[in-house]
Amino acid sequence: MDKFNLPRLLITTVAFWLIVTLLSLDSVNILNGYVLVVIERCLIFVILASSLNLVNGIIGQFSMGHMGFAAVGAYVSGTITTLWLKLPPPDPGVWISFPILIFMGAIIVGGVFAAGVGLLIGFPSLRLKGDYLAIVTLGFGEIIRTILNNIDYVGGPRGLLGIPKFSSFTIICLFALLVIVLLRNLVHCSHGRAMLSIRENELASELCGVDTTRYKVMGFVIGAFCAGIGGGLLAHLLTLAHPTQFGFMPSALVLIMVYAGGMGSITGSIVAAFTLTILSEGLRSAIDYIPVFKIGAMTIRIGTEWVMVVYAVLLILIMLYRTEGIMGMREAKLLIIEDKQ
Amino acid sequence: MGTYFSLQQIINGLQLGSIYALIALGYTMVYGIVRLINFAHGDFFMFGAYASYGAFFMFNTLLSSYIAPGNLLLVFVLIGAMAAGACVAMLSNRIAYRRLRYKSKLSTLVAAIGVSMFLEYFFSAFPAIGPSPRGFPEVLPKVMWKIGSAQVSNYVVIDLVVAAALMTGLTLLVQKTSLGRAMRAVSQDKDAAKLMGINVEGIISFTFLIGGAFAGAAGLLAGLTYPRIMPYMGIMPGLKAFISAVLGGIGNIPGAMLGAYIMGMVETTANIYNSLLGEGIAFVILIIVLLVRPTGILGEKTADKI
Repeated sequence: MDKFNLPRLLITTVAFWLIVTLLSLDSVNILNGYVLVVIERCLIFVILASSLNLVNGIIGQFSMGHMGFAAVGAYVSGTITTLWLKLPPPDPGVWISFPILIFMGAIIVGGVFAAGVGLLIGFPSLRLKGDYLAIVTLGFGEIIRTILNNIDYVGGPRGLLGIPKFSSFTIICLFALLVIVLLRNLVHCSHGRAMLSIRENELASELCGVDTTRYKVMGFVIGAFCAGIGGGLLAHLLTLAHPTQFGFMPSALVLIMVYAGGMGSITGSIVAAFTLTILSEGLRSAIDYIPVFKIGAMTIRIGTEWVMVVYAVLLILIMLYRTEGIMGMREAKLLIIEDKQ
Repeated sequence: MGTYFSLQQIINGLQLGSIYALIALGYTMVYGIVRLINFAHGDFFMFGAYASYGAFFMFNTLLSSYIAPGNLLLVFVLIGAMAAGACVAMLSNRIAYRRLRYKSKLSTLVAAIGVSMFLEYFFSAFPAIGPSPRGFPEVLPKVMWKIGSAQVSNYVVIDLVVAAALMTGLTLLVQKTSLGRAMRAVSQDKDAAKLMGINVEGIISFTFLIGGAFAGAAGLLAGLTYPRIMPYMGIMPGLKAFISAVLGGIGNIPGAMLGAYIMGMVETTANIYNSLLGEGIAFVILIIVLLVRPTGILGEKTADKI
């Protein structure tokens, strides 16, 4: 039995990459540019949701300011590529070039900065538990956003504009694979087992000699690092970084993915990130087909806010009728590391 | 420093504090009884503001031949806002929280986030309301008085009087009536209270009713004072009121009032220096309180907070 199951995961990802790339080739053109962007958004949400799942599901610490770390990653990498190096937008056909390598480095640097912020925030706040931690992380997320809103160098409330569109499907796919492999291996190594024991019973795991604070901070920092990578990719996909992208509601959206998918199940986060992103895009385009009503002087337009109403109802229903989420705590075979007999 | 601690500042702080106190009471009572941070409470406040907006126009057209805009109309609108807040609070308890009562605490918290999102987005999606802010009508004519160096309007007096009256009523209810005794019993030990023949679910429902009604009243007062209402107006006041409740000692009713007035004063003072500081100071206070004295100023010692 292969111990790490890594080749199968690699083959699956490469197959997924190959299918999407072939279908979106200009000569085939089954997947047009819009669909490709939706798939890229799905993959970015896979990164964000599975890294939040590390903190919320696997260590069992309720963090609500995940998008704050994504904001740090987005702004740091955006500052490097746009304001400092002034990289030109890459040619669509080029697979690899020097600016693309620099861009990947900038994403990593953004992740490192996010991890640093995570360390600063994690040390004081991870002493708290449950709902108190939720409020504190929410507060820190808001503080990060307010600070970004007031730094004129990165555009303040206008946001950081004109970021070159470096996030190609291939690069996003690569980073998503790296994050998933990182999280999967982390969960199955001894550190991961320590983290799981904190979720199950913190007192008992402390009595067994687990340094709970250290593992909580470690998981928080790794989660922040991955969130920073996701945020950087998002900024280079949308070609802008704006404070409102990283507010409370986007954080809640990622949280819904974690809960809908299943706490502690990376597979669940991946499934939920794809399902919910595609669902919201589908609803958005379905709403566009609904005509505008006119009753007397009042015009009734069905707005895209209904997508979020559907999300909210979905979240409440999942909590009421399937508290453990779609996948529960199960994982797909690909993401399980089997023991050598 | 004279300008920073003028009479005007104290009045502004008390006014803001009254609004925070009414919201914070709902947070603290619900937390005291079901140990839930009701994230949707700020949205009950928003609901109250919209309900009083609707109630004003309804009563104004229905009763305009009997009563002119004035104190009586204000009472009607206040009752409307409180009833609306109470209804939405009880409904969300009945639909979303009740089934999750004996499941994990975090799933109720996530359900509360869901309720909060639902209210915010439903209001901004609903065609007759819409996401854009709208002006709040002048329910009664504004009168300005001059006290020393400070400008005081009758709205300030209304804010302070309504908040004080409601809080006095609540204190009497909790301390003197048998219903209040039942509420205190449920907050101390649900199982023992049930064994004593108390209808626990009924008491929880009643607590949501009171909290929602107070949030609705706060919505009216906020609409009068800062005449601009929008679907997302509840998020920040809700968070700040929650922080006031933690500052005073969550689960403790006098603590919530004290914390809210401190929060109002601190925020108005910080706003003079820098508006960014005014926004962020609440979270700084929260973090300091949770790290230094997690039980809050008046809170009793419990083990499960930290």
